[in-house]
Amino acid sequence: MTKILLANADKPGQNTIAKYRERGGYKALEKALGMEPSAIIDEVKASGLRGRGGAGFPTGMKWSFVPRNTGKPTYLLCNADESEPGTFKDRLLLEREPHLLIEGMAIAAYALGCHLSYIYMRGEFEFLERPIETALEEAYKAGLLGPSVLKRDFSLDIHLHMGAGAYICGEETSLIESLEGYRGYPRIKPPFPATHGFLASPTVVNNVETLAALPWIISNGAQAYAAIGTEKSKGTKLFSVSGHVKKPGVYEVDLGYPLLDFINNEAGGIPNGRKLKAVIPGGSSVPVLRAEECEGVLLDYESLLKAGSMLGSGGMIVLDDSVKMPEVLSVIADFYAHESCGQCTPCREGTGWAGKVLRNLVAGKGTKADVDRLLKIADMMEGKTICPLADADVMPIRSFVTKFRSEFEALCAI
Amino acid sequence: MIEFSAEAKRRFERILSHYPEKRAALIPVLALAQREFGGWISQEVAEYVGELMGYPPSDVLSVATFYTLLRRRPVGKYHLEICRNVSCWLMGANACMDEAKKLLGVEAEEITSDGKFSWNFTECLASCGTGPAMQVGNRYFEDLTPARMGEIIESLRND
Repeated sequence: MTKILLANADKPGQNTIAKYRERGGYKALEKALGMEPSAIIDEVKASGLRGRGGAGFPTGMKWSFVPRNTGKPTYLLCNADESEPGTFKDRLLLEREPHLLIEGMAIAAYALGCHLSYIYMRGEFEFLERPIETALEEAYKAGLLGPSVLKRDFSLDIHLHMGAGAYICGEETSLIESLEGYRGYPRIKPPFPATHGFLASPTVVNNVETLAALPWIISNGAQAYAAIGTEKSKGTKLFSVSGHVKKPGVYEVDLGYPLLDFINNEAGGIPNGRKLKAVIPGGSSVPVLRAEECEGVLLDYESLLKAGSMLGSGGMIVLDDSVKMPEVLSVIADFYAHESCGQCTPCREGTGWAGKVLRNLVAGKGTKADVDRLLKIADMMEGKTICPLADADVMPIRSFVTKFRSEFEALCAI
Repeated sequence: MIEFSAEAKRRFERILSHYPEKRAALIPVLALAQREFGGWISQEVAEYVGELMGYPPSDVLSVATFYTLLRRRPVGKYHLEICRNVSCWLMGANACMDEAKKLLGVEAEEITSDGKFSWNFTECLASCGTGPAMQVGNRYFEDLTPARMGEIIESLRND
C-alpha cells in the first residue's frame, strides 16, 4: 500500500524543516508556484481528494465555489480542532509532520489566492502550541512564508490560533464564529463560507489530513493519486483505531481496504481471546456495525454507507463481546449532551434528555418505555437543527437501540 | 487593580497583530489573561480584558463561558482533566478517576487545601489509542492505570 501521509512519520526528527527538506520537502510548493492557480484546482479536482475531516466533500469542488475578484480577501482555515471521540489522526500529523501541513496550506493558499491563513487548533493541544509555532517560524526564516514565498510575487502569512475547548468548533461555521472571537454557535447556511466565511469574506476550511495530502498530489500528479483506492473513494486515508485491539494507533491504508482485514492485520486483532462484537467505524457519531455486518465491508465512503454506517473521520472504535452496549451509548450520549452548544432547542433538550434517560437505564431504574423514548427523542432531533451535532447523537442512539434492543430491555424490570 | 506584565503586554500586542480585526484576538487574549492571573477568568480579569479591548465585561464573559478551557472558577496548581470518553472508558478511565479522587480527597472541581490539586472529567482528548488519558496544563499523561495515577500525583506533589 502506498504511504502518502505517514511515509516518514516514524522516522525521528521529521518535524524539523532540515529533515523535511532533506527528503524533498517544499519541492511541491515550488512546483505549484510555477503553475496557474486554476490548474492546481483542476489537479485537486482530478485527484478525487475528499475532505478528511468527516464530511467527505470533494476538496477541489469546495475550492471552486470560492468567487474571484470580490474585492475582499480570501481566507484559508486549517481545521485542527480534532475532537470527535475515537479520532486522533490529525494529532499525529501535527506532532510528526507539521511541515507537510504547512506546505499543503501554502499550496492551497496559492491556488485560492489567499494571503492570510490560520491553523485553528483545539486548545487541549497546548502541548503542540510551541512545536507548531516553531515549525511556522522555521518556514518564515526559510522564505517559505512571508511577503515573498520562495522569492515569488506571492505573500502568505499563516498564524496558529488556539481554540479554548469546544467540540462544536470543529464544525466549520462554528470554527469561523470562534475565530472571529465569539461563542462557537454554528451559522445557518446559506450563505456558505465559500462566499461569506471569516469576516464575511470568501473562506475555505480544510481538515489537516486533507491539506497534508496536497504536496504528494502536486508532486506525483492527480492521476497517480486517483489510481489509488476505489472508483469513487480515491487515495489513502488515515484510520485511528482504538478500543479492543492489540495494536491501537494510526494507520494509513488505501481507501477500499477491507474493514475486518484492517482490524485483524493492521490493528493486530482482538486481545484476550475475545470475539468482535461491534465496530464504530468513523468516530462516535456514525452508526455502529454489528460484527456480522462488517463481513465484506470495505473502508471507503460508499461501502460503509451501503453497510448502514459512514467513513466519517476514520476514528474507529472496536468493541469486544465483554462490552455492554447500553453503557457505551450512555457514554456517547453524555458527550453530545456536554458538547451541544445550546443554540437549537431540539439539540439542547434532545441530547440532554437522551443522556438522562440512558443514565437511568444503565442504573437499572428505567422502564421498557424508555427504550422507545430514546428512539422518539432521536426522531425529534434529526434534521431539525442548524448544524449536524444533533444528527451526530441520533446516529449512535438509533443504531445502538435498534441493533442491540434486547440488551436495553434486559435492564428494565417493567 | 490587575495589569499585564511587560512580557504579557508584548504577547498581547503580538496576538493583536495576527488578525485583521481586533475582535478575533479576544479568545487568545482571554487565554493569555487566564495564564497571567491565576488560572481563571474572574470578574476582575473579564473587566480588565474588556477594558483593554473595548468590550463590556458582559460581552467578554458571554464568550468565556462558552469554552471549557476558559475557567470561571479557580483550579489547583495542577488541574487533572481525566478523559471519560468511549475509548478511555473502555480501557478503565473510571478506575483512574476514582483513584485520583481518593488520593486527592476532593470532589470534582474542588481544590485540595494546599491549593496544589483539583480534578475533573473531560471529553475526548484525541488520545484514544493511548487511553486512559489525562491533561494537566500543557502535558498529556497517557496509558494510565490507577497505580500510574498514584505515581503522577506523587511526582506533581513534590514538584
